[in-house]
Amino acid sequence: MNNRHLYLLALTLTVLGLSLFLYKALALKFPLRPEAESYLWKVEAKITFMADNEPVKVTMFVPRSSRNYAVTNDAFISRGYGLTTSTEEVNRQALWSIRQAKGLQTLYYRGEVRRVETKEPPLTTPTPKVENPKFPEPERIAAEAVVERIRRRSADTDSLVSELIHLLNHPEGRENISMLLGKRTSPAEKMELAVRILALAGVPARSVHGVNLKDRSEKVELVHWLEHYENRRWNPHNPITGASGIPDSYLPWWRGPGSLVNLKGGSDLRVNLSTSRDLEEAIQSAVVRGQIKKPLLLQFSLLNLPLHTQQVFKVLLLVPVGAFILVILRNLVGLATFGTFMPVLIALAFRETRLLWGLVFFSLLVGVGLLIRFYLENLKLLLVPRLAAVLTVVVGLLALFSLLAHKLGVEQGLSVALLPMVIRTMTIERMSIVWEERGPQEALQQGVGSLAAASLAYLVMHQRLVQHLVFTFPELLLVLLAAIVLLGRYSGYRLTELWRFHSFLKGAD
Amino acid sequence: MWTMARQLKQLGIMGINRRNADFTLTCNPRRFYPLVDDKLRTKQLALEAGIPVPELYLVVEKEFQVRRLAHQLQPYESFVIKPARGSGGDGILVIAGRVGANYRTSAGAILPQAEIDHHVFQILSGLYSLSGQTDQALIERRVDFDPCFAEICYQGVPDIRVIVFKGLPVMAMLRLPTRMSGGKANLHQGAVGVGLDLAAGVTLGGVWRQERLHEHPDTGHSVRGVALPHWDAMLRLAARCAELTHLGYLGVDMVLDREQGPLLLELNARPGLAIQIANRAGLLPRLELIEQHHRELTGVEARVAFAQRYFGA
Repeated sequence: MNNRHLYLLALTLTVLGLSLFLYKALALKFPLRPEAESYLWKVEAKITFMADNEPVKVTMFVPRSSRNYAVTNDAFISRGYGLTTSTEEVNRQALWSIRQAKGLQTLYYRGEVRRVETKEPPLTTPTPKVENPKFPEPERIAAEAVVERIRRRSADTDSLVSELIHLLNHPEGRENISMLLGKRTSPAEKMELAVRILALAGVPARSVHGVNLKDRSEKVELVHWLEHYENRRWNPHNPITGASGIPDSYLPWWRGPGSLVNLKGGSDLRVNLSTSRDLEEAIQSAVVRGQIKKPLLLQFSLLNLPLHTQQVFKVLLLVPVGAFILVILRNLVGLATFGTFMPVLIALAFRETRLLWGLVFFSLLVGVGLLIRFYLENLKLLLVPRLAAVLTVVVGLLALFSLLAHKLGVEQGLSVALLPMVIRTMTIERMSIVWEERGPQEALQQGVGSLAAASLAYLVMHQRLVQHLVFTFPELLLVLLAAIVLLGRYSGYRLTELWRFHSFLKGAD
Repeated sequence: MWTMARQLKQLGIMGINRRNADFTLTCNPRRFYPLVDDKLRTKQLALEAGIPVPELYLVVEKEFQVRRLAHQLQPYESFVIKPARGSGGDGILVIAGRVGANYRTSAGAILPQAEIDHHVFQILSGLYSLSGQTDQALIERRVDFDPCFAEICYQGVPDIRVIVFKGLPVMAMLRLPTRMSGGKANLHQGAVGVGLDLAAGVTLGGVWRQERLHEHPDTGHSVRGVALPHWDAMLRLAARCAELTHLGYLGVDMVLDREQGPLLLELNARPGLAIQIANRAGLLPRLELIEQHHRELTGVEARVAFAQRYFGA
């Protein structure tokens, strides 16, 4: 009677979970295997300045989505400032303003940047007007001489621009270009000069300012490029070699003259750009970039959550998998562990340290913790104060181990999380009670059992395929639930019971 | 592996999953668990029903009462301290006598009053309780066990466990403390389990740490063929406990006192399975037989008679 209900429930759960899964996998083409991950870059601009106790206005260029990059989740952090953003022609600009400010001010811009693979042809833009560069008299003659020179030495516009960049980078012994450069020899100023000379030659050009997204960096230098207009589109040029084309890692921030940040009503302006990167599943960036069409179902997908919430769920969704393994180990195998799901928590703690170090670290900490616990036992402390004392000691030990590991150059020991610490304390307390009540043999047996269960749970939970499947197809948890429910009615022998009752078998022979 | 499992199944050996799924979960409504998990309530229940129990001397409920403990214990030469919600014999301290101002445990250790107080504190703070909640400490009379056990018992007090299903005794076992178990009659801790012929109350072979044995590991005397006095009374007592607690599947722990006869020690809603090894018999055939016939049997006498008739060795 009860069992039919049970099977029906398990069947319903399985059918529901599998059909959702198949729909997503076959109809919506969700990837079944974890694809190559891509990087998600976080760019940050930090602006600091001293305000002069008067109205303050700060304008800053911010990156915008382009053919190669998608910029999402912009965040502007500024206490008390009004903020407007605007897009003018090719640039996006943020304007912070405040009626009155005094002392050190800090403003932040943060954005998430993803690489985009587009197959669409580049956008065509209308031909820009070439403005008269208006060189003053002696410079105009020098500039014209330069134009003459580069025209003579080039076949088309592309090589013309390359030649000019080469010239700008090697002005030695060439009077005209040296005079034009004067003391303004920074890369940005060279590019502005190139734009003006090209304007004189009738070639529309503009400077590009951006950053290289290569490694994570606390202090990123701006890199300035040059683009010239030809064949209805903009063609980039390397500022050093003059070669055309732009590397994939280059994120354009803004184009044209003008500096990154302009400040009115303050002094001592400093701007720092930094980049950091996170690994991201390909599916995630596909959803964000809108490559996967969004039917109603996808609106409720975990992929629509903010990124840091997703990270939480990536871990959380693994807990049922670990619990399922514990069900098998306890009810089918009969492994003795501390607490029911403590091994799952230990396995989660291993995520931070990796398996081997996790095992070493955990055993070491629990071992030393036990010694201290037994010492405290001599002092006849009451239960709760004693637990608190053990917790305190564990925190201290954790700090000590981390310090030692750091000195020895072992970084793995350093990851300290709140949850694992509490787990360790509870393990020590439980283990010591079992130790006293049932003897060291039983305590060690359960300790080893817990670690073995935790290791197995970790190994399964750490599979990228498993992580990918439960996160992309959380409905598979329904199937898991069905399996757990079915195992809940398993009334056969446990593996360890075969050994426990082995004396019967000898008698039967 | 599968053949092993099949053999065990043929013998009717019950595994822990089977016990949980088909017996404790289905026959023992959760709401009645407190009756057996709290030894104080069990005791009160038994007294109301006229079932004899070891005399209760004191109950320590709160920490401040521990200060008066030394004074309150003065009239008693020997006693037992146990947690009301303890499990598996954990936290039980047996005091056999006094040495000056100190106490002597059944294992022969000498404890000062401070040690006793600390033990009571530990009990109160929930160290031994099933779910770690705060607890009470019971101090009761130390049972003076029946002389029939003198040769097969090392320290401590032997007790008798009877499994009762739907009010019928199913299987019984005598548990003998050893040096290893520290005077405790708990198989986990190293006590010897000896199977009992349910019909006559005579001991069969024993089991110690999963292995069969015939002599007590400490005294060397044979554990076989010992006839327990008051056997019928014990079975009746066990059968009555089922009615008392409304639990369908129950372990009844009793002691045989030299003067008072069988006394109820405690009840267990999840009795262990080692009793099968001690009796060299599986529980399942007996449980199935009871399942078929228990409705026809009314009254304790009829049930005990049925058990004695069908479940004898």
